[in-house]
Amino acid sequence: MLRPQGMMIGADVGGTFTDLFFFNEAEGRFRVGKVPSTRGDEATGFLSGLTDRDLGEVATIVHGTTVGTNALLERKGARIGVITTPGFRDTLEMRRRDRRRTWGLWGDFVPIADRDLRVEVAERTLADGSIRVPINPDEVREAARKLAAAGAEALAIIFINSYANPANERAALAAAREVWPNEHIECSSSILHEIREFERASTTALNAYLQPLVGSYLGKLEGRLRDEGFGGEFHIVQSNGGVMSVDTARTLPVRTALSGPAAGVIAGGAIARAAGFPNVITCDLGGTSFDVSLILDGTSVLAPQTTVDFGLVIRTPMVEITTIGAGGGSIASVDRGGLLQVGPESAGSVPGPVCYAQGGDRPTLTDANVVLGRINADNPIGGKLDRLDVDAAKAAIDAQVAKPLGLGVMEAAEAIVTVANAKMAGAIRLVSIERGHDPSEFAAMPFGGGGALHAGALIKDVGLAKALVPRFPGVTSAMGCVIADMRHDQVQTVNWALDGLDLQALDRLMVETASEARAVIDKAGVVLERVDILFELDMHYIGQTHAVTVDVPVTVEQGTTGVTMDILRESFERSYKSHFSRLLPGLPVRIVSLRTAAIGRRPHFDLASLKPDEDASLESAAIGSRQVWFDGGWRETTIWKRLSLPIGAAIEGPAILEQPDATIVIDPGLVGEVDSYGNVVIGRIEGRIEA
Amino acid sequence: MSLDPVTLAVLKGRLEQIADEMDATLFRSAFNPIIAEAHDACHGLYDAKTGATLIQGGTGLPIFVGAMAFAVKAVIDKVAVDGGLNEGDTYLFNDPYLGGTHLNDFRLVRPVYRDGELFCWLASVGHWVDIGGNVPGNYNAKATESFQEGVLIPPVKLIEAGQFRQDIADILTANSRTADSNHGDLNGQINALDLGERRVHALLDEYGIGTVNQALDALSDRAEALMRENIAALPDGTYSYDDYLDNDGVTDDPLLIALDLTIDGDQMRLDFSRSAPPCAGPLNIALSTATAACYVALKHVFNDVPANAGCLRPIEFVIPETTLLGVSAPKPVAGYTETILRVIDVVFGAFAEAAPERANGSPYATINALSLAGHRRDGKRWVMFCFFGGGLGGNPDGDGLNHGNNPISTATIPPAEILESAYPVMFTQWALRPDSGGAGEHRGGVGAVYEIEALDEGGADVFLLGERGKFPPFGVNGGGPAALNRFYYQTDTGEASPPLVSKVTDVHIGKGKRIRLESPGGGGYGDPRRRDPDRVARDVRFGYISRETALAEYGVDIDDAGHVNQAGTSAARQEAAE
Repeated sequence: MLRPQGMMIGADVGGTFTDLFFFNEAEGRFRVGKVPSTRGDEATGFLSGLTDRDLGEVATIVHGTTVGTNALLERKGARIGVITTPGFRDTLEMRRRDRRRTWGLWGDFVPIADRDLRVEVAERTLADGSIRVPINPDEVREAARKLAAAGAEALAIIFINSYANPANERAALAAAREVWPNEHIECSSSILHEIREFERASTTALNAYLQPLVGSYLGKLEGRLRDEGFGGEFHIVQSNGGVMSVDTARTLPVRTALSGPAAGVIAGGAIARAAGFPNVITCDLGGTSFDVSLILDGTSVLAPQTTVDFGLVIRTPMVEITTIGAGGGSIASVDRGGLLQVGPESAGSVPGPVCYAQGGDRPTLTDANVVLGRINADNPIGGKLDRLDVDAAKAAIDAQVAKPLGLGVMEAAEAIVTVANAKMAGAIRLVSIERGHDPSEFAAMPFGGGGALHAGALIKDVGLAKALVPRFPGVTSAMGCVIADMRHDQVQTVNWALDGLDLQALDRLMVETASEARAVIDKAGVVLERVDILFELDMHYIGQTHAVTVDVPVTVEQGTTGVTMDILRESFERSYKSHFSRLLPGLPVRIVSLRTAAIGRRPHFDLASLKPDEDASLESAAIGSRQVWFDGGWRETTIWKRLSLPIGAAIEGPAILEQPDATIVIDPGLVGEVDSYGNVVIGRIEGRIEA
Repeated sequence: MSLDPVTLAVLKGRLEQIADEMDATLFRSAFNPIIAEAHDACHGLYDAKTGATLIQGGTGLPIFVGAMAFAVKAVIDKVAVDGGLNEGDTYLFNDPYLGGTHLNDFRLVRPVYRDGELFCWLASVGHWVDIGGNVPGNYNAKATESFQEGVLIPPVKLIEAGQFRQDIADILTANSRTADSNHGDLNGQINALDLGERRVHALLDEYGIGTVNQALDALSDRAEALMRENIAALPDGTYSYDDYLDNDGVTDDPLLIALDLTIDGDQMRLDFSRSAPPCAGPLNIALSTATAACYVALKHVFNDVPANAGCLRPIEFVIPETTLLGVSAPKPVAGYTETILRVIDVVFGAFAEAAPERANGSPYATINALSLAGHRRDGKRWVMFCFFGGGLGGNPDGDGLNHGNNPISTATIPPAEILESAYPVMFTQWALRPDSGGAGEHRGGVGAVYEIEALDEGGADVFLLGERGKFPPFGVNGGGPAALNRFYYQTDTGEASPPLVSKVTDVHIGKGKRIRLESPGGGGYGDPRRRDPDRVARDVRFGYISRETALAEYGVDIDDAGHVNQAGTSAARQEAAE
């Protein structure tokens, strides 16, 4: 269904704020908004941000949500029942026999499904796909009835080896559906058609755990949008950075676990591509953590699974986000060995940093930034507080860091920032150098409220080429909602040896899964430029348990992919070599799983619409100057209104650029230039002169 | 001049990242699942002169963290005698009497030169699947000499001035049932060393050798200071704890592992002199292994102390050669995992005497190395080798973890579906084991039941090297012991248990027959009669404990509906108090 160009709204509902990005396609104009989130009743906060709009004019709303994420972290999902294979009812609880920490044996684990709500029914499928014991539908129905009577609100059916043959699981699902009182019921092979029972069980159970909650949230939200006159498309961002229809999201809520952050990474990729930086490391400095993600050649890197919390594994492709415990609220302390630590302990949002004067008495990274003059104490970002208590922050740093280390209070504050920078630099090294990428070919892209405070230091620490601060760092995720493509991922384990492979069978499977994945995209009825199909194979040398993911450069044309043995071999060897540098010639190779992604490319979003207004000028942007501490001393530092800087403006450090949702620090020796998209590109001064 | 605290904190992170990155490289590229999935490997930086641990990664196998310094020292000693150390050399060996642990663990040790001078050593260790010997996978419970356990390679140059020596690799290939797998692992270890060397040079380029050396010294000193502080916080005195191994796999006699732990100010002495003499079977360990085991135990107790040699300075070890904890070649050592787990247990036990309110119940503490092996129809040999999980001890924080891994390990277990797809076996149970955790105010975590059916015409040969079949994991601070380890196999006439309880060789099961392993839970913490009756009722509802146990051990009477019977509970608890 074609829809006239109209208003698109990206809405990222976070824990504290709901960020909105309004884009008028016809006029090429946009507006940003920020309203407080309403925890527990997210729909109300969401709608309050839209009140001045006639929703009838809105063509599309794309939503990034943390409702699922929060339910997982706070363990507030549904009471779920599990029906499983005899002998395997404890899979969820036994995990992969891990423990919380390497050192120290304390700490237990509470599975999301109580043990008395996990029941076994007679059935068995073998690893080769043969059915040793078929199911008895009566027994399955009886088990389902009992679980419903015991209070289970969602049901997961998880049979061993269902990846090899889902027949028993599907039959049990059909039987259980007949008696199950709601639509929250699914089997593991439908959620994840892949070998490894714990990962599949965990993903399936977590999906069931989220279904009632996310389903009802999205249903309510959509209903209220419709009530307000909204007649357009309503979509949800998934963890893989693509969007899905709200109906798919209700069935597969587990795919929303990283919805918000993934949208931010997508926006980061688009902004960086447009600005001429295909290789970017996005950095999101939040209150408790620093999240980094790699964008290679303009495309975000996906990870096959993530661990939400100890023992809670979600296996579905997601934007790979590496998190370390260093955020604005990270507490600085001197340990008993006399070593300065910043994080992972955090003051969180309650009590928060000392300078917030909300009861926090332990100094944090934010306190250090305030004491150093980098954060403007009289005009804090976010708009929640009127001013920050610099003296209290200083006193806390003095007592808890400076005195124990024998430093002055300013030196101690700078040391806190240096140690935090080193931790952030470590995270960047982890995703770049450790993966074989040269950091000098990358730009850092800070977003979120605090990242731009540290971007300059990261350039110096890691040897990154530049830092690219997007025009609206605080609403990047909302903007990503508007930019992201449609996407649907599928996986199927096959376990086929390459020697003697039935190429036609592989080709048939690829064509089949491609059309299935495409059907999901088509069903959403979105205006798309085209649909791309990507094939990947997980492959390994027989005997290995780990597999490398291999891009197979083929497309479906006239009912075939044209895949050949040579393509398979070459693709495997290229990928294996890039991961491990040494091939193992002569050893037999196996295809473990086929991964198929359908990507519906949405019409191009012109980022030039973000550029500064015509009337922007250095004069209108200049605020003045203040004393800020850099490199062991106070420096007179120029202060600017970031959004009023014109294209081409070059501000040399030390300088601070302020805007409502972020503070950008340009360290001495660095220069920030405004590009034609309104980004601030920070680089070394000598680099600019050479260029 | 001492290093400023900021540079030190930064360098600490950078150095640890090098070791972590070496771990990650090997985990990703290793061939066999014991390294790739179970992370049975370790990397680090070691002192140029002494081999003492400078930096360890956070992801390596705990027991190796303690043992690696000995491996590097072995190469240093070798070089001292032979000479001829050059830039670009890499030594390889698996001699457990020099480097600790057992024959499967192959160590690669490489010098890092800077400006023509030896700056430090890098080392990599990984567990290879098979290195010859009488039993596939090398857990030969009946070995009386190391020659029956596999091939022993002394420190030799695998890479000489940058040249890979194929003749050495050929010796390895000729002596293993799983040569391809070993070859893949060896490649992975070389990859890890290559990467570590590049990273060390990059760091030295950036900071200079003097600064990095200062940081390394300071980090050791700080670890020492922290450890001294921890020790000083314990009351002075000597605390003893005795525990036993079931048998040595050859003779069915218990083996005493005894510790006298003395706290004297900020120093600690660990004296194992009262332990049993060397045994005939493979339950012996070398001095280096015993020391490494103590290190693991102390790191679990004082887990804020960084992993470098500094933390061992305040500690004196007494491990005489006259005990089974300090043997030399060719006493068999393949079952070392069981012995070190008991060494760790007695450290926990003695610590519980000194500070009961900070102690945890003993973990299940047996590795249960199980091999099922046979020949497929096409004649190809298959060997399924796996370690199994159990419960961890109750502790001041709460109940012990159900189905965790051993303190010497961070290994994850391979999925049943992976094992079933790779070998002709079917798991008929992979479940928690009721009533296996020790009773306590904080209950021990429960162990597991694994039951496996042989699917192939040829059935399967069965080998097991386990422990805790006669002496259960103990509780602390009034907590009760866990259940014993149990092993059963089906015969044509019924079910049988091995005569040596926890060790099995020469058992064959036919097609359709099953074996069953029931692992212990962890010991309990605190008096079970102080456990909240509602939590006991929940344990019964979830099947962690039976109603009988609830009444007998916890003094909680659970009625037919699953609720706490208050009167019966008061009476039972009253009676126990009297």
